[in-house]
Amino acid sequence: MVRIVGGVTLVALAAGLVMAFGVAPREVTQGNVQRIMYVHVPSVWVAYLAFAVVLVASIVYLARRVDGADRLAHASAEVGVLFTGLTIATGSIWGKPTWGTWWTWDARLTSVSILFVMYLGYLLLRGMIEDPDQGARYAAVLGIVAAFNIPLVHFSVYWWRTLHQPPSLMKPGPGTMPGVIVAALMVNFVAFSLLYVYFVAKRVNLLRREAEAAA
Amino acid sequence: MTFARRAFIVVWKDLLVERRSKETFNALFFFALLLLFVFQFAVGPDRERLAGTLPGLLWLGFILTGLLGLGRTFVVERENDCWEALRLAPGDKSAIYVGKLAGNLLLMFVVEAILVVLFGIFFNLDLAGVLPALVVVIGLGTVAFAAVGTLFAAMTSQVRARELLFPVLLLPVQAPVLLATVKATEAVLLGEPLGSVAHWLKLLGAADVIFVVVGVLTFDFVLEG
Repeated sequence: MVRIVGGVTLVALAAGLVMAFGVAPREVTQGNVQRIMYVHVPSVWVAYLAFAVVLVASIVYLARRVDGADRLAHASAEVGVLFTGLTIATGSIWGKPTWGTWWTWDARLTSVSILFVMYLGYLLLRGMIEDPDQGARYAAVLGIVAAFNIPLVHFSVYWWRTLHQPPSLMKPGPGTMPGVIVAALMVNFVAFSLLYVYFVAKRVNLLRREAEAAA
Repeated sequence: MTFARRAFIVVWKDLLVERRSKETFNALFFFALLLLFVFQFAVGPDRERLAGTLPGLLWLGFILTGLLGLGRTFVVERENDCWEALRLAPGDKSAIYVGKLAGNLLLMFVVEAILVVLFGIFFNLDLAGVLPALVVVIGLGTVAFAAVGTLFAAMTSQVRARELLFPVLLLPVQAPVLLATVKATEAVLLGEPLGSVAHWLKLLGAADVIFVVVGVLTFDFVLEG
């Protein structure tokens, strides 16, 4: 099953690359640099998806005490941190030629980097507690606190300062992006979501085997 | 016993231990005093630069003393298996959380009051006019800080590297609260009315409610094992 998901993901990622570099047109003002968006935006989507899964799995674990929910939260947090890191890295690479700087304390850069350190702390907590049952409970509590903190992070940082270009996709009113760009972005959304599922499935499997080996 | 009574017993016990040992408060007070020296050395004597960094420094002082103070929330319970006794206490465990939170709030408010007075004296601020607004901002910010801090202190108290893990977990979660309090404090110190920072106060109020409710609901799971 996991293998099939992996195969489909590979095809979807290839299709995403073809769409991003072959089919989608070269952006007029930003040039080829703009194509990073096809990786950047799906990455941040996967990061948020992953942290939402952490929240749900954490609540399920505390309520039902099924080990599977704990492993899902753990795996999802790891993948989420990975994709948050990818978001920051691709954003930096895009920012250097476009804004002229690798990093600026703009609202969304700041909020994504806060998420990054918050969930790094989550993984650190998991690594530091030896008793697996205790680690699972504490991590679940932190997973819930962190998720509820996300809206606070967003509002605070948004009011603090904003310089990032406004979202082009999910805003009200008619879209400004040509259909082919939206299509290329959508293919990459699907591909990255599949990649998320594949990574998490692999990681959950590994965590289960580690637990079995330890037992 | 009612919930409030059980929470009160926890506060009373901690206050009594603190009164007899004077362990935490004396050291924290001294630490806060030392911070003032460090800040002065770091920023230098330039008055204008000092005024610009003052709200941030003030909160840095609260955060650093808070990290030390809150991190010790469950340290008294480590000796003589008191942690086990706490877990065996009958009834809803969240009463223990509320009691510990109340104790921490008390500790932080006292330290903050002292720090504000010391800031006023050493950095030559006229605080009399802005004091009511300042109290509102500091109060709202401190509740959010202590609510998460008390919960995380319980989580890290059983971990070997707890002195390290506690701030590493708490600081990222407190980022929005810090942004809000520093911005609001800045406006208040400039003499602006509270209405001009209403959005920050709402954010802090929301953070207070969210963190206290999450703390009350999840504390059972922390104390369990």
